[in-house]
Amino acid sequence: MNLLALREFSYWMVHYRRSWRGTIVVNVLNPLLFLLAMGAGLGRLVDRHTAPDTLHGVAFLAFFAPGLLAAATMQNAVTVSTGSVFMAARPGGSYRNATAGPLDTDDVLAGHMLFMAFRIATSALCFVVALLCFPSLRTIGLLWLVPAALLTGLAFAAPLAAWSATLETRQPMNNVFRFVIMPMYMFSGVFFPVDQIPVVLRAVVYATPLWHGTELCRGIFLGNASQAAVLGHTAYLAALTVLGLALARRTYRRRLFA
Amino acid sequence: MTRALLLVERNLMIYRYTWAMLAAEVLEPVLYLLSIGVGVGALVGSVPGLDDPGITYAQFVAPALLATAAMNGAMNETSFGAFFKLRFERTYDTMVTTPLTVRDIALGETAWALLRGAFASGGFLAIVAVLGYARSPWILLAVPGAAVVGFAFAAAGLAVATFLRNTHDFQLIQLVMLPMFLFATTFFPVSVYPRPVQVFVECLPLYHAIQLLREPALGHVGLALLPSLAYLLAFGALSLVIALPRLRRALLA
Amino acid sequence: MADILVEAEGLAKVHRSGGVRAVDGIAFRISRGEAFGFLGPNGAGKSTTMRMIACVSPPSGGRLTVLGRDPVRDGSAIRARIGVVPQDDALDSELSVEENLLIYGRYFGLSRRQAREKAVQLLDFAQLSDKAEAKVSALSGGMRRRLTIARSLVNDPEILLLDEPTTGLDPQARHVLWDRLFRLKQDGVTLILTTHYMDEAEQLCDRLVVMDKGVIAAEGSPRELIERYVTREVLELRLPDGAPLPRAGAVVERVEELPDRVLLYTDDGEGALAKVHADGAEPITALVRRATLEDVFLRLTGRSLVE
Repeated sequence: MNLLALREFSYWMVHYRRSWRGTIVVNVLNPLLFLLAMGAGLGRLVDRHTAPDTLHGVAFLAFFAPGLLAAATMQNAVTVSTGSVFMAARPGGSYRNATAGPLDTDDVLAGHMLFMAFRIATSALCFVVALLCFPSLRTIGLLWLVPAALLTGLAFAAPLAAWSATLETRQPMNNVFRFVIMPMYMFSGVFFPVDQIPVVLRAVVYATPLWHGTELCRGIFLGNASQAAVLGHTAYLAALTVLGLALARRTYRRRLFA
Repeated sequence: MTRALLLVERNLMIYRYTWAMLAAEVLEPVLYLLSIGVGVGALVGSVPGLDDPGITYAQFVAPALLATAAMNGAMNETSFGAFFKLRFERTYDTMVTTPLTVRDIALGETAWALLRGAFASGGFLAIVAVLGYARSPWILLAVPGAAVVGFAFAAAGLAVATFLRNTHDFQLIQLVMLPMFLFATTFFPVSVYPRPVQVFVECLPLYHAIQLLREPALGHVGLALLPSLAYLLAFGALSLVIALPRLRRALLA
Repeated sequence: MADILVEAEGLAKVHRSGGVRAVDGIAFRISRGEAFGFLGPNGAGKSTTMRMIACVSPPSGGRLTVLGRDPVRDGSAIRARIGVVPQDDALDSELSVEENLLIYGRYFGLSRRQAREKAVQLLDFAQLSDKAEAKVSALSGGMRRRLTIARSLVNDPEILLLDEPTTGLDPQARHVLWDRLFRLKQDGVTLILTTHYMDEAEQLCDRLVVMDKGVIAAEGSPRELIERYVTREVLELRLPDGAPLPRAGAVVERVEELPDRVLLYTDDGEGALAKVHADGAEPITALVRRATLEDVFLRLTGRSLVE
């Protein structure tokens, strides 16, 4: 990271200035609505029937909230790391303008990744603010949710940015969203404990980054995860981020110097 | 009306390129059904407030997901789709230079969205039946029901498209659609709310869409469906009455 | 008596937003088989007039008949018999080249079979047969315009409306296009076009009206207009800064001073140039040329066509 990367970062920040208000509203409102409907509304039905020990020892809302944070963070990470990278990497896109000057591809990547991290972290912060609306969720674990979510987001953003830089059309991004991200969203332990899923399929779930993100956020938030589990999930997500960055360095260089 | 169907023909031509979108439209409610209907359903047990305690949560949620799928399919097609054709692609500007009229365009797009809604629901229904979450054979009424839902929301989407100023306004649509999806009895019965909230929920178009599909699916067929049917038809007709002159003004300046 | 296809009297259009009188009481008649042009700069009201003829913009005042019918009441029936080539092409970007023609034919009530046959024939006419499967976005500007013209012909129109048909095309593509339009005219199609290129108007139009600020400033054939409003030849001079205007005497009918050059209207350009030199003036460049519609426009409005 150097000063040139900050130039790329500030380019994205200047752009963001035009739309940040709407984004913040959506980032607070969306989780709030989901928490109200699913956590509080549907949760009442769940809590009548299911004992807390099925749900890590807590009510459904407390079980669901950290999982939803991981899932929402994934969606935000996808949003900030696909379309904008695709547009910027195309001929005539903003990456081309930047690399025509003193910035090299690593600076461009570093600056844009920094911006993605900023977006992911602020969205997570908004989510935490929404959580404060629910008295039963105001615990000390809240504070640790932001870094946990950030790591979850980066584990998606870095590989997706590497991939998006190679695309010629938008279509594959839509398909990934529909056929990869959406199923992950629904079955990675966000809405219900994964031990309900048949064993064979559960192995697939354990491989998804969202499961690790959900487990990490939930374990930290509820404060009942073992140290080994927290370390394991963190290591998995960090490894995916590093791998994504390494790939992105290559795809950016190949695309922008082609 | 035959001229309006040419719009359907055009959109069918395009669907050869966008089949993935249709597949996703069927897939999305299936994902919700398996995750929330079945996964969370196992935690819910029976649904309170229903006369028959034997109804499982998945059986309760499935028809509502069908209604929201029909709604989303139709609404996306006309609101976003029509906006782009109106402001960016200028597809309609070209159509009005042919014998097609603005009325043909509006009716054609609505007919297409309706068919799409019915098709997506048909696909979803087949999966619901295969997975064994169909409670009553009356659930077949969901197909014409979904067509009505498709009509109502296609017309509404068309009206909305004429009000959109830019792509940022799409967020406003989501701000209405998401809460409606979450609170209009998709995931829990209206009886969980206090009475004043119940009245509000009962005014929402999605509530009636869900009623129209859920009641027969749970085996209740009767005159009680008529208010919801009438509501949706009126909602669609009113939307067209709003959309038509606005479209005319936009296209025939 | 020629068969009148389009007739306007006192035709006006006030746009809803802002109340601008885009077209302010114009009259014209267009006969079957002729090529009729609206010449004028951007904003003269040409495109608005075309939209009214195409029955996609109801007039705010005056009378307009197209193919003997009322465009507001019988819009759909009239549109079935005309072809429209809009300025921005407005092709269906979600469809392939051939599909664009197919569905357009269907809009005009052709059966699928007829539409398919017509598409093959028109692809050939537009020299796009090898691009049939291509997406519209992959076409060059000239190809897009040829496809748009092909599309406008699916219903064998009696009238073809072309709004700025060659704007934005390179010179070679323009000539290809003019050739296609010329063939259509020979086949008896009535062409109505707008342009702000005087060479295009001279190439294609039998008769034209010069429009400016919503009104018609003059009407006639290109030759007639030049004869009526300007001289046969023009001497164009570029003079050094601060040099006095040459007088050149009786042979010059009129002098027009532009920011970058001086135009001397005369029937004898060479004679006038000799006179300029004899007067002791030393122009940087001097050019004798034939008068064009550009000069007619300058004379009528005091402004150039292309600003």
